[in-house]
Amino acid sequence: MTPVVEIRGLVKRFGFTTVLDGIDLDVTDHEVVCLIGASGSGKSTLLRCVNGLEPLSSGTVTVAGRTVIQDDIKLNRLRRDVGIVFQSYNLFPHMTVMHNVTLAPRKVLHLSTEEAEQRARPLLERIGLADKASAYPDSLSGGQQQRVAIVRALAMQPKLMLFDEITSALDPELVNEVLLMMKDLAQEGMTMIVATHEMAFARDVANKVCFLHQGKILEEGPPQQIFTSPKEERTAEFLKRTLESGRL
Amino acid sequence: MANGIGDTAPSPDRTARDRGAMTAMVVSGASVALALAGGLVAALRASDTNNTFLLVFVLAFPLGVFALWFGRRAETHIVDRDGPDEDEQLARLARRVAVAGIVLSVLLACGLGVWAAWTGLEDVQEIFFSLPDLGDSAGLVTDGFLLNVKIFVVAEVLVLVWGLVVAVTRELPGRAAAPLRWLAVAYVDIFRGLPAIITIYLVVFGLPLSRLPIVPGTDASFLGFDQVEMLGVLALVLVYGAYVAEVYRAGIESVHWSQRAAAQGLGLSRGQAMRYVVVPQALRRVVPPLMNDFIGLQKDTALLNIAGIFEGFAAASNYANNNFNLSSVTGLGICFVVITIPMTRFTDYLVRRDQRRLRGGGVGAAVTDVVGASGGRA
Ligand SMILES: Nc1ncnc2c1ncn2[C@@H]1O[C@H](COP(=O)(O)OP(=O)(O)OP(=O)(O)O)[C@@H](O)[C@H]1O
Ligand SMILES: [Mg+2]
Repeated sequence: MTPVVEIRGLVKRFGFTTVLDGIDLDVTDHEVVCLIGASGSGKSTLLRCVNGLEPLSSGTVTVAGRTVIQDDIKLNRLRRDVGIVFQSYNLFPHMTVMHNVTLAPRKVLHLSTEEAEQRARPLLERIGLADKASAYPDSLSGGQQQRVAIVRALAMQPKLMLFDEITSALDPELVNEVLLMMKDLAQEGMTMIVATHEMAFARDVANKVCFLHQGKILEEGPPQQIFTSPKEERTAEFLKRTLESGRL
Repeated sequence: MANGIGDTAPSPDRTARDRGAMTAMVVSGASVALALAGGLVAALRASDTNNTFLLVFVLAFPLGVFALWFGRRAETHIVDRDGPDEDEQLARLARRVAVAGIVLSVLLACGLGVWAAWTGLEDVQEIFFSLPDLGDSAGLVTDGFLLNVKIFVVAEVLVLVWGLVVAVTRELPGRAAAPLRWLAVAYVDIFRGLPAIITIYLVVFGLPLSRLPIVPGTDASFLGFDQVEMLGVLALVLVYGAYVAEVYRAGIESVHWSQRAAAQGLGLSRGQAMRYVVVPQALRRVVPPLMNDFIGLQKDTALLNIAGIFEGFAAASNYANNNFNLSSVTGLGICFVVITIPMTRFTDYLVRRDQRRLRGGGVGAAVTDVVGASGGRA
């Protein structure tokens, strides 16, 4: 079991607020780790630290054998291996779907336009959007947009995928198609870190669930254990509140 | 007529309702009649247009507005109480007549106003719009104006590029670029604050004296511009480059930070993210404010006459001084106005065409997530 991600003593401060306060986390190959926790607990920040979108205050993060340091060239290289999808504003609105998907392969991997499109087409077919290749993002539904965003990241053939609550800005009826796609990816063996409020998804798909609280991983373990017999009171409380709001 | 106005608001009983609609009818009719009478009087007694103008405007117009308001009220009353159709129709007719009275009185007042100005101030017309002088100066003025056009077209192209260079310089990351960023900030602060006329003066007269190696020689020529014209273009580019750089910067900063993060997340470098993702979106957003600056630039080409460039305004004012008639300058003014109109329409067209895509924030554009709201940046 090779660790794809190794996080040691990660601290992240914004000014005087400490958002991440000593995170240790290993993610091994083909593992799916779900980050849960209240709003503001630092899930997004953790993900952004993993691919160097936020500079670390201290600690180390290693991804696929590369250390995250604030060096543009090294970071650009590292990010090729890490796909990230956000909650919103993912697709580039001034480019067609095909252009969105092929941009990075062309500009970063220096594939020719034909090569990049050959790579993109099966991916778009897979999500049933091949006929939308020349459409602009604004003509797609939110769910379609998020699936294109996933496919766009996959076109770089990453070793690790990061998902930051990618269904929480979607209309409820569109959430499923996106979750199903993520489930498929997990079954194909993609290594993933998923920040989510979708507890049912975490329960079904995750190998490991981490509960973030006040900048620390308060509790981690297999989903059965976390969801049925949490050791920490805070975890139980959070799950109870989430359950009450009807999200389990 | 005085009776009509004096009538009180319609009351619920049948006859009073009648009176409401009737009153509206009478008042609106009076408004139209007054307007028509004004026109007639004006036509018969052309010398006394000022008074007729007053009559029409002070009486017919407010009367029409009152009739419209009164008619509406009457009609509302009738409809509310399901009154007889004839009353309703009468009130509606009154409203139409009132509208006619308003339109007629405004048109007449405008027409009479222009007529009064025209006939009463024949000298004004002679000085500003003398047809013979317009004709005589046309050749001179258009030749000069063509130079303005040439100057602003070249300056606009240069400003587009230069402004973008300054804006992107200002956004450069890293400590190494700090001096460049300061330079960009200083440039914008200085040239946005300096009056254009001072910049032009300093550049055109000062630079040749400075003997800096970059200054074109007296016999230099480029795109058909001589030395002074080149310096004039340079001065305009310096002034408007500062404005346009700020417009670009606002555009760049208006692109949601997630777009940059998404691009860099895919492995694109900062530069590539800027070039392929941020700048193209920013450019589309800055078209309208950019056009404002361009119109400003076009007009300011006339300032170059202080540098001794024989552009349109120099030609027109020269003619005006020699012939004691300003029609040449009016003609030039018309040229400047006319040339901005197609530009404005073209901008509108571009904006409309791009509008849907500009807005595109993708999923949850309306959702403010925690990081975004607290100003997180890649
Ligand atoms: N750029 C920033 N500057 C200052 N504070 C920030 C910044 N980004 C995040 N924070 C703060 O860090 C904390 C954690 O934010 P983060 O977005 O990681 O939480 P989260 O767990 O993803 O929450 P949510 O479930 O709402 O997405 C918040 O209190 C937030 O205000
Ligand atoms: Mg978040």
